[in-house]
Amino acid sequence: MPVQRRFAIAGVELASRLLVGTGKFSSPEVMARAIEASGAELVTVALRRVDIENPGDATLAALDLGKYRLLPNTSGARTAEEAVRLASIGRAACGTNWVKLEVTPDPNYLLPDPVETLKAAEHLVKLGFVVLPYINADPVLAHRLEDAGCAAVMPLGAPIGSNRGLRTRDQIEIIVEQARVPVVVDAGLGMPSHAAEAIELGADAVLVNTAIAIAEDPALMALAFRLAVEGAEKAVAAGPGGESALGHASSPLTGFLWEKVS
Amino acid sequence: MTLGDFLGDLDLSALQDRLAGATDADVARAMQRPVVAEADIPVLFSRAADSQLECLASRSRALTRRRFGKVVTLYAPIYVSNECVNSCRYCGFGHDLRVPRSTLSAQRVWEEASLLRAKGFRHILLVSGESRQHAGVDYLAEVVRGLRESFDAISIEIYPLDEAEYRVLERAGVDGVTMYQETYDQDRYRACHPAGPKRNFEYRLEALDRAGRAGFRSLGIGALLGLADWRMDATLLVLHGRYLSRRHWQSRLAVSFPRLREAAAGYRCEYPVADRDLVHMVCAARVALPDAELVMSTREPAGFRDRLIPLGITRMSAGSSTTPGGYANPAATGEQFAVEDSRSPAEVARAIAAHGYEPVWKDADRHLASWNSRN
Repeated sequence: MPVQRRFAIAGVELASRLLVGTGKFSSPEVMARAIEASGAELVTVALRRVDIENPGDATLAALDLGKYRLLPNTSGARTAEEAVRLASIGRAACGTNWVKLEVTPDPNYLLPDPVETLKAAEHLVKLGFVVLPYINADPVLAHRLEDAGCAAVMPLGAPIGSNRGLRTRDQIEIIVEQARVPVVVDAGLGMPSHAAEAIELGADAVLVNTAIAIAEDPALMALAFRLAVEGAEKAVAAGPGGESALGHASSPLTGFLWEKVS
Repeated sequence: MTLGDFLGDLDLSALQDRLAGATDADVARAMQRPVVAEADIPVLFSRAADSQLECLASRSRALTRRRFGKVVTLYAPIYVSNECVNSCRYCGFGHDLRVPRSTLSAQRVWEEASLLRAKGFRHILLVSGESRQHAGVDYLAEVVRGLRESFDAISIEIYPLDEAEYRVLERAGVDGVTMYQETYDQDRYRACHPAGPKRNFEYRLEALDRAGRAGFRSLGIGALLGLADWRMDATLLVLHGRYLSRRHWQSRLAVSFPRLREAAAGYRCEYPVADRDLVHMVCAARVALPDAELVMSTREPAGFRDRLIPLGITRMSAGSSTTPGGYANPAATGEQFAVEDSRSPAEVARAIAAHGYEPVWKDADRHLASWNSRN
């Protein structure tokens, strides 16, 4: 009987394989309801967006911090140095040493800089952070980040906010095959089916923000993603029969081996 | 290649022809592509596109939501000086006008800023007339150093500088530069700017190239609507934006849509831009520049601004004073232009929320700025 895989990052077991973001919502209340409906435990917050020193910050105040584990992110950083600086501020203010590392020098597609991300990851690991880097779906970079001591890797499915699904599927399959740390598919997942596809191909988790935040009914969309992820998780646990690439027709080339010789 | 060369390389009469000759089929084809082709940019602003306004608006709304979400970021301007050596015919700061002149001390700028901070602002825009004598680079750097610990984004809208001067201000804590070309029509530009260093069209046009090289995070462009044919200006504005994004790929592009109304200078607008035209311009700019911040100031009245929120605007000023010292002393005179939306920042924030968008006060972090760097 197939065993349900555990999902743990840095030794912390997480019940939900759906991670969610806090940006782009129409109000903090709408955000809070959607996150509640998503069942997520790990919630990422852009340090750029929150006013960390202000306890009344609308985003932070709307979240029940007893219920969620905050994952501060360094979005807005263009270089390793900026990311390390922002992460350090976040650690002091949020009381967590977890950080979602984002180094995105291109403000349009927000694609991650592999060189600066690796540099920042090496530095942050030395400073005692639990580092979850956002990367392009590059299997070699994933290796390098694992070697640097990252607690997970977060390859993108498609550019942030594009809702285009698993456009990097082939590369993510390689990362999943080779990874020694959890693989969280981040960015570009626009529909619950995309999230299910990621889990079915072996990703440990997915992170979704835009698709939920800009839906007409964000809480309902969050629930839909939750159900899709849970469904895919059960399908993986159930041990799928799989497709067959083999033919079952008669064997014109080798059939003679079983023919009776008269 | 400099930006002046870039404009020189454009075949302006071919662009005019494309604008004038665009057909309904051209518009349909231009909008079918996931990314609008450069050659189709005039088509988006053509008369043929007028009949597709609803379609442009719906595309603009969808693109904006996907890229920015349902949020509008708020900022406020601080006018630090209205001293000016130019004579722009439309501007209340014009050199020849008899208006009270002042340049705020760094301490008084800080007092203005503190009032804005108390209202919630974390993004500010420092505005100055052109007077190196009164508001030089050293003065501006000192002002910025006094503000940078209290604000997460400090932009400047001042006269054009050399690259080395831009570097000084970037290092001091400025993260964005806004430079309206006013108009890309060089004849109209000359007619509107009869005297002063601003007559140099090219030096102004290339300012954001120099700013981009100096490493600012945000580069803001705009044409002052009403100075020339808006369709051609909008076309060149977007082409300018595309050029800047390609060349300075680490800087975010911001596009403003300042429309001339009654100016203090008593300027009579020769090329009036109707509400419908402004909406067309905003929506088509979004379709052509999906990732740009689109900015709407308090030059526009409250009701109209609110209607623009779901159409593509991502940044708005609120509670603005366009007079140096105007926050501490609301009775101060010497404004650059009349503010049409006089609501308080809190009222604007409530209006944004009422339209189903979150008013955002902070969308940057001062710790990212280069002055924090040890290098």
